[in-house]
Amino acid sequence: MDHLTPVSALAADPKSDPGEVRLSQARLGDRGVIASVHVRPDVDHRGLSADELERRLLELGFVEGAVLEVIHEGAIGRDPIAVRLDDMRVALRRKDAVDIVLRLTGDAR
Amino acid sequence: MSTASARIALVGNPNSGKTALFNALTGSHQKVANYAGVTVEKKEGTITTASGRTVTVLDLPGTYSLRARSPDEAVTRDAILGQLKGETPPDVVVCVADATNLRLVLRLILELRQVGRPMVLALNMFDIAQRQGLRIDLEGLARDIGAPIVTTVATRKRGIEDLVAQIEAKVEALANSGALEAANTWHEPSPAEIRQAHAEAQRLMKAHVRPAERPDTLTGRIDAVLLHPVAGLAILLALLFVMFQAVFAWAGPLMDGIEGGIAALGGLVAAVLPDGLLQSLIVDGLIAGVGSVLVFLPQILILFLFIILLEDFGYMARAAFLMDKIMGGAGLHGRAFIPLLSSFACAIPGVMATRVIDSKRDRLTTIMVAPLMTCSARIPVYTLIIAAFIPNQTVWGFASLQGLVMFGLYVSGITSALAISFIARRLFWRGQVEPFLMELPTYKTPDPKSVLRNLWQRASIFMNRAGRIILPLMVLIWVLSTFPYPPEGATGPAIDYSFAGRLGHLIHPLFAPIGFNWQMTVALIPGMAAREVAVGALGTVYAVANAEEQVGTLAGALSADWSLAMGLAFLTWYVFAPQCAPTLAVVKRETNSWLWPTVMFAYMITLAYLAAMGVYHGAVALGWG
Ligand SMILES: Nc1nc2c(ncn2[C@@H]2O[C@H](COP(=O)(O)OP(=O)(O)O)[C@@H](O)[C@H]2O)c(=O)[nH]1
Ligand SMILES: [Mg+2]
Repeated sequence: MDHLTPVSALAADPKSDPGEVRLSQARLGDRGVIASVHVRPDVDHRGLSADELERRLLELGFVEGAVLEVIHEGAIGRDPIAVRLDDMRVALRRKDAVDIVLRLTGDAR
Repeated sequence: MSTASARIALVGNPNSGKTALFNALTGSHQKVANYAGVTVEKKEGTITTASGRTVTVLDLPGTYSLRARSPDEAVTRDAILGQLKGETPPDVVVCVADATNLRLVLRLILELRQVGRPMVLALNMFDIAQRQGLRIDLEGLARDIGAPIVTTVATRKRGIEDLVAQIEAKVEALANSGALEAANTWHEPSPAEIRQAHAEAQRLMKAHVRPAERPDTLTGRIDAVLLHPVAGLAILLALLFVMFQAVFAWAGPLMDGIEGGIAALGGLVAAVLPDGLLQSLIVDGLIAGVGSVLVFLPQILILFLFIILLEDFGYMARAAFLMDKIMGGAGLHGRAFIPLLSSFACAIPGVMATRVIDSKRDRLTTIMVAPLMTCSARIPVYTLIIAAFIPNQTVWGFASLQGLVMFGLYVSGITSALAISFIARRLFWRGQVEPFLMELPTYKTPDPKSVLRNLWQRASIFMNRAGRIILPLMVLIWVLSTFPYPPEGATGPAIDYSFAGRLGHLIHPLFAPIGFNWQMTVALIPGMAAREVAVGALGTVYAVANAEEQVGTLAGALSADWSLAMGLAFLTWYVFAPQCAPTLAVVKRETNSWLWPTVMFAYMITLAYLAAMGVYHGAVALGWG
């Protein structure tokens, strides 16, 4: 899978819309609505197919329109993160959250 | 199908209360097929309904989707689809839902509908839903999902009769029509289909569920402390430390009591029975053998009590969150924390609990290092050697030196496990990493009854294993160390002439470089059955060998016979050595290959030999030889 872009390179690219942020880049307290969950097929997801990662995210409730807030960060490298997702709490690593794009709601930043 | 019996399966998201409901339904009529760390093995029980029908109930592992991602979830999928080998599919599927967390389970229900089996929805945790002022339009929802809904409070046994009645109605309808409600049209949903199902679930929520008036804020407030980057980790470490100190401080008096009781019983039997072979078999073989098993039941109970309480409280997922980065650095999944923590009690439930890890590689790595965690079977060995060689002192004004050494042994187990998995990931797996995606359940007060039931199940599993493996072995050791008798006019201790003695002498040269004497090597052979057997074996070897002199306790005998360096080498050996045939057998079964148990045996014995050699020669150099 050498031809694939590593996830880290991708994570750095800023979204064009300032009101949007990748969940992998979100800070503690960031709040918003999930704008898209499109796991990129041309990126190496450490052995998992993009389709599979996308389905797993969807199955746990990371779906367009869900309300999300970053509520905890790990001690080392602020990773993993815990988010409030609608009525539940979910923990995930930042590198698995790259393709979840959050549209921040008004007062968040 | 027969009208007299039926099968049902409980399915739902993790932490929705399936096991609690299973307990409420089946009471004491249940059997755990195997060692269960989390809900791993298939739990089966029976209910007898008012009309005299026998209903078999299956407690299935929790899942968010029938699209199984782990062996654990595959069991659930196969059971529901009727693809489980040697099992008939359930007549009725009982979906267990946490009433306060419906969104994801509604999507699962839509998948379950496609399977076409009759379904009943148990809306569990209804007490919490009511407390929160959550309003659910039960009739409307039941109509839309096409299944009757029963509200339940599993921990209080509320709604159980209604649930059984609904199940019976479904069973009867099925018996009368003789056909399923619909054909099975389930297939693995695509991302688009999952989105569509989410939209449908969202519509159901909007239509039938009014948001909670008083949503739970407690979980958030507790998490603010327990998941705090600094305080959270400190609390986790403190918790582990307290756990291990408690295992020692609390279990001590109980163990002394059991030991005293066993010794008194042995004395009593010895007084009644005439001297000779029978007395020796019963006192030295059987009673001492049972005693060596019983004596560390208190420690197992205390350890399991902690694990069960933390799990039911909802802390285990938090611990996985806190540990993920550290474990991840070593190439382990945050979820490996639970199996590895279970391995502190016994590697067998630990290895089996690895089924919750989705990826095969993460799972294999976790299985490989699980036996390095200090299981409770090592505790008797450690306790014995520590009692013999480490003075019972208080250091820094509060900690016991013996407890500290024990803590150190635990730490070396953990550290080596992390190191091995780090190396394994680098050498063999080359970078495949499974995503860490985990729901953090709301905190719940553990239900004392279910905690006790769980504790009892685990204790009986242990006693079962002990009875089946350890007791026969104790008798075998007795035979090996009793026969053949020494020749007339022999001068050395009797065991020197026995099979055990000869075997010990035979393999002794291999172990001389790491400081072992032949009594130690004799103890290693039966110790393969289970680590704690080594204590009984040492007891037998020394008690028989020194029977005439009546040297006080075994610890006294050891400290008189071994140097400190030998004691430390023996401790080190037990940190690493694969001295447990049942674990290897379980690894064979879980991986379905002889390769992995072989790899495990080879790497652990190499590690043990090298480490014990290093420690022995180091200690001798320090003048402890
Ligand atoms: N308040 C309340 N707690 C419950 C109820 N059912 C289960 N619990 C608790 O919820 C937690 C998870 O339950 P468990 O049966 O282990 O869930 P499983 O993962 O689905 O098997 C445990 O602490 C239970 O005691 C209920 O109806 N009401
Ligand atoms: Mg369960």
